[in-house]
Amino acid sequence: MSIWIAIGVTVVGCYAVKLAGLLVPAGVLERPLVRRLAALLPVALLAALTAQQTFADGQSLVLDARAAGVGAAAVALVLRAPFLVVVAVAVAVTAGVRALSG
Amino acid sequence: MGIAVGLSGFAFGVTSAGSGLTLLQTCALSLLVFTGASQFALVGALAAGGGPFTAAAGAFFLGVRNAFYGLRLSQLLALPRALRPLAAHWVIDETTAVSLAQPTRRTARIGFLVTGLSLYLLWNLTTLLGALGAEAIGDTEAWGLDAAGPAVFLALLAPMLRNTTERAVAALAVLLGLGLLPVLPAGVPVLVSALAAPVVLWARGRRDGASGSSGTSSGPEASASETSATGEASEAAEAAEVSEAAEAPRAPRTSEGGDR
Repeated sequence: MSIWIAIGVTVVGCYAVKLAGLLVPAGVLERPLVRRLAALLPVALLAALTAQQTFADGQSLVLDARAAGVGAAAVALVLRAPFLVVVAVAVAVTAGVRALSG
Repeated sequence: MGIAVGLSGFAFGVTSAGSGLTLLQTCALSLLVFTGASQFALVGALAAGGGPFTAAAGAFFLGVRNAFYGLRLSQLLALPRALRPLAAHWVIDETTAVSLAQPTRRTARIGFLVTGLSLYLLWNLTTLLGALGAEAIGDTEAWGLDAAGPAVFLALLAPMLRNTTERAVAALAVLLGLGLLPVLPAGVPVLVSALAAPVVLWARGRRDGASGSSGTSSGPEASASETSATGEASEAAEAAEVSEAAEAPRAPRTSEGGDR
């Protein structure tokens, strides 16, 4: 049930911000400070989420095969690999390290 | 772009199913939320044991950028008010990128419609396939599929790290997100990490205010940077970077796979 609550709240929230952009007068969101905060917000969230989903196991931090996979994805990004390759590399390396380490 | 979206949709379906969501819940998210990073964040937070409201809050904050896309699109497309609630659902990275690249209003509208419709169908179809596939292959961890989520986040994040401000925000957010993980309830550390954005902006504003006492405000850079009135030559390059950040969130390059 709580999953459905989370889905419902997310559906409403995400739709509301999309609609807000189309409906509100331009001046409200065009202030430089607001724009810069909005640009940096995804940077902060994506960075934290990447780190957590790489190193978190419940409420503790671990170093396992995921770190190798995401590390390989980072290398692929530096080498300007396309999105498809980046994700595939992460999955393949993680699976490989897991298989090797048993 | 289609292939990248398709793969992300598939990865989302697999991740969501692996996070314990049912097929119906997974497909409902793709049908009704339709903004990939938010969907990944939500199922990730739920899988980590986060409460429904903390999980939804993280997804919401990631979706806020769509409001700024909508702002640009509403001027560009000039849609009738009655159509806007319908069009809003398709206001995402890719449709914005395609529409903004068009030379005329007419082609922008066509671009928005075609991109929105085809990606909506593709995203939902591949989500379904991914969720079904995850059930078929069983243990998603053995296949390394739990690394797909963070890899998608990283691929979205990488093109955003253009200057020192953005890198500082990312570094601080990682520290907050990992450091607070053991001590705060699941899902909350990510929300706290969002504070990295205003904290870094505030710190920069203070530093720039102290060093650049006489803001000569020359050039277009200075007008764009509100809090940091830097006029000194040594800071000019940085100011240009800041103004670039001020323009964002811009539509990402279509070749990057974007949000989906």
